[in-house]
Amino acid sequence: MEWLSASLEAILVSPFRDMFSMPDFLLQVVWEGFVSGILYALVALGFVLIFKASGVFNFAQGIMVVFAALVLVSIHNMGVPAWLALVITIGVMGLLAIGIERVVLRNLVNQHDAILLMATIGLTLVLKGAGQLFFGGEPKSMITEELGLPTGSSDWEVFDGIVIFQHIDVAAAGIAIIMVMALAIFFSKTRIGRALRAVADDHQAALSVGISLHQIWAIVWFASGIVALVTGIMWGARSDVSFALEIIALKALAVLILGGFTSVPGAIIGGLIVGIGEKLFEVYWGPLFGGGVEAWFAYVLALIFLLFRPQGMFGERIIERV
Amino acid sequence: MKSKILISASALFVAAACAMPVVQAEDSLYLPSMSYRTGPFAGGGTPFADGYADYLNMLNERDGGIGGVKVVVEECETAYNTQKGVECYEATKGNGALAYSPLSTGITLALIPKAPVDQIPVFSMGYGLSAAAIGEKFPWTFVYPTTYWSQMSSILKYIDSNGGVAGKKIGFIYLDAGYGKEPLPLLEQLSESMGFELAKYPVGGKEMQNQSAQWLNVRKDRPDWMIMWGWGAMNPTAIKEAVKIRYPLDRFIGNWWAGSHNDLQAVGKNGKGYLAANFSGIGQQYPAVQDILKHVVDKGNSKVASREAVGNVLYNRGLFNAVVLAEAITVAQAKTGKAVINGADMRYGLENINLTAERLAELGLADFTGPLKGSCEDHEGAGAVFIQQWNGEDWEKVTDLIEPMTDVVRPLLEDAAAKYVSDKPDWEGQTCG
Repeated sequence: MEWLSASLEAILVSPFRDMFSMPDFLLQVVWEGFVSGILYALVALGFVLIFKASGVFNFAQGIMVVFAALVLVSIHNMGVPAWLALVITIGVMGLLAIGIERVVLRNLVNQHDAILLMATIGLTLVLKGAGQLFFGGEPKSMITEELGLPTGSSDWEVFDGIVIFQHIDVAAAGIAIIMVMALAIFFSKTRIGRALRAVADDHQAALSVGISLHQIWAIVWFASGIVALVTGIMWGARSDVSFALEIIALKALAVLILGGFTSVPGAIIGGLIVGIGEKLFEVYWGPLFGGGVEAWFAYVLALIFLLFRPQGMFGERIIERV
Repeated sequence: MKSKILISASALFVAAACAMPVVQAEDSLYLPSMSYRTGPFAGGGTPFADGYADYLNMLNERDGGIGGVKVVVEECETAYNTQKGVECYEATKGNGALAYSPLSTGITLALIPKAPVDQIPVFSMGYGLSAAAIGEKFPWTFVYPTTYWSQMSSILKYIDSNGGVAGKKIGFIYLDAGYGKEPLPLLEQLSESMGFELAKYPVGGKEMQNQSAQWLNVRKDRPDWMIMWGWGAMNPTAIKEAVKIRYPLDRFIGNWWAGSHNDLQAVGKNGKGYLAANFSGIGQQYPAVQDILKHVVDKGNSKVASREAVGNVLYNRGLFNAVVLAEAITVAQAKTGKAVINGADMRYGLENINLTAERLAELGLADFTGPLKGSCEDHEGAGAVFIQQWNGEDWEKVTDLIEPMTDVVRPLLEDAAAKYVSDKPDWEGQTCG
């Protein structure tokens, strides 16, 4: 019985005692989780945009993050000013969206979902190969200062301790919030946004009222490319721009399962739950498992959601009619 | 008509294929290069592969090869993936491969049992299985000039000479894979015998660029020193995270895979003070490197990203890998009297290598590294490393070579070697002396 009480103490008491004995540190953990969560949410947002409009699960979203950041950095490294490199990169993502719609999606209209998924896996390989062919496999430094993004940090003295805020993290959070708001307005207030929602609700009905499916798909892939670019800039500034970023992006899958594949608010809230949850779990419960729990926490959480609420928190209820 | 055209085209294709040059083991020295220029670790694999190929190509251009025989370097892309590495091995071993440098602990572990069967030595330079240093148990594997375990003991000696290690807390952040976990048994044992507390921070392969939780734990635990066994994107991320929590970088030491130019260029001035172990020279000042510039790079025959990248830490590490293999070929040629050797001859060459300070100077690499002498018993060699420090723009060597704690490490290596072969009844060792 002694081991049982010791185990219960380690799981149920010690972590909370640690949290309340160092509240400044707890705030720091929550802030770090919030920033990670925002970045997960941005990747998930890219998935949601495409899934809503075309029903395609875009496996290439992760590599799009890397590709966009690589294009930006590489163009700047050729001597192009940062702002112009940013404009050119946005143009490249636009051309990519049109290219994907013309070459891949247009030929696969009305095909089974699995075929479209396989097509995006193929797209992943093409983008990965093209990225390595044109820009090399070496990691590159993000042009944080050149883009006018803030560097350095500020301290907040609280609870007899400090919470450190990296300015780039604050900027990431701010930009992500602005981007989500902009997308929400775009979806609800603009003509194209309403067309996107119409396509998402019913392809056939949208076609019958004259909405161009091809145009909508190109727009939505372009929007997803812009989200990927912002994510690549922010994550690249936190570490560097390398192909390893693609792997992190896959964590957005867990976020999608939590938030639902079709919900923008779900992507945000799911991202925050995963981000904050994994940091708290790693810091306070991780030592019980020998550390490294962050690698699987999100997926276990997603598995639990799949068991009890497969459509996610905000996803549309899955109804199969016989 | 169509079938005639098809047959004619096929015949032409076959004729053209037969006319293409193929690797001829009979008139060349074939050294496959297991490289990774793609994938998440490409930042480390690319400069290493460049240095390796450029040195051997320089020998071809300057000296006409080794002993008058051209060296054929064939790259095979592994993407740092064990399965792909083994596929590379199987695809190239039949071409008369003299040795393999897998450039990955995972691939090394997979190739160690294959080496005696195929009679092709494995040379995992300072990485791979530390126990392979014991020549009696591993006749076909070489880990010159040191092992992860010896390196760890040298790092601990450095810490000990900078304020002592007893009673201190030492954090170990590592890639949660075979490579990162390799020194753990030694570290755990030394923590008891040397009296320091060990705090472990594993970083999953998928979390290399997402380490804030590990560094929050570092902030909470407040270790006196941090040691890192990182690779690829993990390294700059870890250093940036250390800066974020204001961990003193002159108390943060990476191993020799966590101290390249690529790692620190992404961090820049913020990384000033960070330390790392190394065993190969830095810079272009060595005559051999100058010859590479003259005979290979300036003629446009190198894949190196820029002329300035020649002489960087990992470029020179790849170069050193090639130097050891080239020297082993020279030793084997002298012993056998043959210009074209095979894998078994190469094994002899590696086992009897003797890179003295004079010989290094002859090769145009004076003071590039410490002397290296192999033997039947000792497949590790010198075992020493030096410590380098990032000054904000470049690496500076800040210590002389630090000898490993051989008295502590060697018995542990012997135990580990005995344990490795204990469940392999058909394993063939060798008797020395």
